[in-house]
Amino acid sequence: MTVLNFIVLLPILNAIVIALGAPARKSALLSAWTQLALTVVALIGYKPATPGGFAYGSTWAVAPEWGLNLTFGADGLALVMLLLTAVVTVAAVWVTPKIDKRENLFYACVLLISGGAAGAFASVDMFFFYAFHELALIPTFLLIGIWGHGERQVAAWKITIYLAVGSMILLVGLAKLYLAFPEGTFLGSAHSFDMIKMAAALKENPNLISPEVQGGIYIWLLVGFGVLISLFPFHSWAAPAYASAPTPVAMLHSGVLKKFGLYGLIRIAVPMLPEGAKVWMNLLLVLLVANILYIGLVTIAQKKLDWMLGDSSVMHMGYIFLGIAAGNAIGVTGASLLMLGHGLSIAALFAMCGYLRQKSTSLAFTNFGGVAKGAPFLGYAFGMAAFASIGLPGFANFAGETMVFFGAFKSGPAGTLNLAGIQIATVCGLWGVVISAVYMLRAYRQIFQGEALANVEGIKDPPCTVRRSVMLLLAVLLIAGVWPKSMLNFIQPSVEALIGK
Amino acid sequence: MNNNEIIPWFILLNPLVTAVLILFAFRRNHGTAAAVSTMSAFFGIVGSLAAFSLPKIHSAVSWISVGSLQIPFGVQLDKLSQVMLLVVTGIGFLVHLYSTVYMEHDESKARFFGHLSLFMFSMLGIVLADNFAMMFIFWELVGVSSYLLIGHWFTRDAAGKAANKAFMMNRIGDFGFMLGILMLWSTAGTVTFEGLNSAASLAVLTQSPAFLLAAILLVFCGTLGKSAQFPLHTWLPDAMEGPTPVSALIHAATMVAAGVFMLARIAFLIGLSPAAGMTIGWVGGVTALLAALMATQQDDIKRILAYSTLSQLGYMVMAIGLAPDANGGPAMFHLFTHAFFKALLFLGAGAVIHALHHEQNIWKMGGLLKHMPKTAITFAIGTAALTGFPLLAGFWSKDSILAAASEKSTPLYFIGLTVAVLTAFYMTRLFVVAFLGKPRTEAAHHGHDCPARMTVPLIILAILSIFAAYGTEGWFFSHEQHFHWGIAIPATIAFAIGTFAAFTLYTGKDKEPLSLPLFRNKFYFDEIYGAIVAGTQDVLAYIANAIDSLISGIVRLAGMAAWSVGFLFRLLQFGNVQGYSFVFGLGVVGLIWFVVFK
Repeated sequence: MTVLNFIVLLPILNAIVIALGAPARKSALLSAWTQLALTVVALIGYKPATPGGFAYGSTWAVAPEWGLNLTFGADGLALVMLLLTAVVTVAAVWVTPKIDKRENLFYACVLLISGGAAGAFASVDMFFFYAFHELALIPTFLLIGIWGHGERQVAAWKITIYLAVGSMILLVGLAKLYLAFPEGTFLGSAHSFDMIKMAAALKENPNLISPEVQGGIYIWLLVGFGVLISLFPFHSWAAPAYASAPTPVAMLHSGVLKKFGLYGLIRIAVPMLPEGAKVWMNLLLVLLVANILYIGLVTIAQKKLDWMLGDSSVMHMGYIFLGIAAGNAIGVTGASLLMLGHGLSIAALFAMCGYLRQKSTSLAFTNFGGVAKGAPFLGYAFGMAAFASIGLPGFANFAGETMVFFGAFKSGPAGTLNLAGIQIATVCGLWGVVISAVYMLRAYRQIFQGEALANVEGIKDPPCTVRRSVMLLLAVLLIAGVWPKSMLNFIQPSVEALIGK
Repeated sequence: MNNNEIIPWFILLNPLVTAVLILFAFRRNHGTAAAVSTMSAFFGIVGSLAAFSLPKIHSAVSWISVGSLQIPFGVQLDKLSQVMLLVVTGIGFLVHLYSTVYMEHDESKARFFGHLSLFMFSMLGIVLADNFAMMFIFWELVGVSSYLLIGHWFTRDAAGKAANKAFMMNRIGDFGFMLGILMLWSTAGTVTFEGLNSAASLAVLTQSPAFLLAAILLVFCGTLGKSAQFPLHTWLPDAMEGPTPVSALIHAATMVAAGVFMLARIAFLIGLSPAAGMTIGWVGGVTALLAALMATQQDDIKRILAYSTLSQLGYMVMAIGLAPDANGGPAMFHLFTHAFFKALLFLGAGAVIHALHHEQNIWKMGGLLKHMPKTAITFAIGTAALTGFPLLAGFWSKDSILAAASEKSTPLYFIGLTVAVLTAFYMTRLFVVAFLGKPRTEAAHHGHDCPARMTVPLIILAILSIFAAYGTEGWFFSHEQHFHWGIAIPATIAFAIGTFAAFTLYTGKDKEPLSLPLFRNKFYFDEIYGAIVAGTQDVLAYIANAIDSLISGIVRLAGMAAWSVGFLFRLLQFGNVQGYSFVFGLGVVGLIWFVVFK
């Protein structure tokens, strides 16, 4: 057993224990903090054999003849994702208000999401990588359907159908990839689910899978992962689901679970199917620009805070896609850093949005005004998280976004005004930065500035659990933003090991 | 790191530590916050004086380093940054001192000083930055400090709106700025100013003149936003919603000049592209003229000064486009002198506003010379320096700009002269209406000079406004400047015409004798932009949202169709868990089928 096994096992076991009747909140908090502590230990103790390689390996045979094993292992990129998971889990459990019905089941579900996400990030085996994500999705649906607010049933159904279909498409893609490796590639089995072995085999022989086959697999992965990430036009589930979800679920799904798809693209599609990526490049560029510009405009049109945050989260996926599309070390490393930044900032925003929901009859902007006067901490913290999410320097999002822009622009020709497609997409992305400022600042002004409306005069600063939770998220955002190398030292060698320098 | 290298790092980090300390530890301890912040500003000026005589220093650590993307975090001390450091910390300290009185009774004084220190940090970062990426970082950070300080009284609706507008206009400019940086980097392979200025980089960059022109003009977009140049100029007058010391420091002397400073940093690039230089020159000239025309019809004392700042920044931008020599020459010289007299004018205006209980309309003042002599006399000196009264600081720097213009472009030279006439006109108008004649309101009757901590900065700045141009020319020009009668005489005549016209027109008047709605309404830029935003962005957002609902509806319809006929969805109906487990199980079965049978 390695520390990595404990990181995955701990929340899942705790979920079971809580479901069986252990004191819910206390156990969940203890579990979350232990998970975070273990993740930090794993980060500190990360000593890979090769630069950026995997550590903490452990494996249990499941069906060796198919090359199917429960294999764990983490490289720098996976560890940073695990850190994101652990930090957001602590924050999400912390902000959870009093639960009126079936409290134990609630916390058990929340921990299952965290455990499923951690399992996916810690998996080396492609099958379990997929299965752990599914494990995390089921409690997500339940939490929205049972404990959600507003049109929770509709939203729960919508996200269920969308993500189930997305997962199925993804599954087909993964199976096709599994079968695309000619027999005899791997020792001891006809095929292998081991992502390390698969990537290594392709590195050794880049022509193992022909470009046409790569293209055929890539589109399944792109659409499958794309649905899970809310890539345009598969994004309609996101805003209603986040608006209806209980606060910790919105935080965990938008902050962590949605990163599964992006992580999958970086881990599988980018290194294993480079030729396939080229085939579908223009489509991806069009879709990601739609994510940025079109969804950006949709976000501007929103009149409620929760919907606006949900749409903004969809929009910001476009930047991560841009880094992935760039396909070079700068862009993909930036995309990874942006995944961390986005996850932390959107979690913080949803945490505070949840508090405002408790205190107000409606989250419509017109319902607020001058909240910062009565709740100075909230005003500051929301401002910081909002500015972080629109890419203010000092927060991780800026460092990631900037690297994405540099990487994407670099992947086209230099020194000419005849811009390549990806460079045009970069220009659109830069304009998106203006768009995000429009909706974020407008929301901030309408809620926190101006005359205090009578109905919000009673809004004071949130209780210390919410405050600390938000401070934790902001602290990590600041550390990773002011000193990006704190994270890049882990991410960069691993990305370079995956896709070359 | 040797001892000399510590100095610029100290200058940079000292205000950051202060800001963090205040915002975390002294949020409720207003007196301490003010004292700590002012003290730190004083350390800044000491540091800058120590740095002034140092040789060139370049000290950097790696911030991001991935493949060909190398972004250092470094400080660069050379003639340009040394002079700018003096301006920023010098005026910064005086403004801090002044604010201890001006903001005395503000209920959020600690927050104010915390943000002021944050601003100092960001601004000094721009000055010391050794590369484009770091400059961009601090560029954004001054933007946010400015946002916070304009919105200091955020419960006033206008303050929140003005803060937003400032940030948005700057973001639009920064869109181009970042794109320009990307273009330069992707071609030259470096973001450091030293690296860009190397023979190898310049050779690559000059290969395609059109590309270089585009890159420079995009970088220049950053200046359009930060230095409020036409067409992104509309935020600066609104920014006057912030407390007056902020207007003096940020929106007159330092931050808005950052755009000019940045252009001076990359003057070596502008020099390579005459078309870029000419475009920049014209943008500056047009801004100078438009803003001066708008200034002639404003009634709010701070807004008059704000338009004047716009106009003077236009002068500087014009100068740097026309004469991009090593240190930015005439533009930086004017930036230097302008910082003193414009800060003086704003602080003087602040003293008036303070004494008159927040009255800002000049027509409700009058006769202040008698009641607030120290303020009035220093204000008069500032006015004289700004309008180009012979032998004061502004006279010399303005002459150097006009000299550059007369050499390079006759139309711009005449625009420059026209602006000189207008400047003299609107400033004299301001002085005559507010300070001379008889008090027009009760408040103006009871005007009085402010306490020493407010008047001492005025006096110091007044002395600098007179003498700042003497013995300092060597800081800006590599070769000795000659006095040109051919420039000085027309400039002095322009000054005389403007001053005389305003004196005759406004002496003894109780209300505005001229009515020029076009100027009064600022050429209707706000209305036009409002219409553009409403007509494009808002409409597009509305349409996008409608389409999005439609997509969502189609998906739901498709889902319902499948629901009614589909086996899958009927199963799903049994409940989330079972249904979902079924789908998942189906997936696993499918996978096994793939693996085993295919």
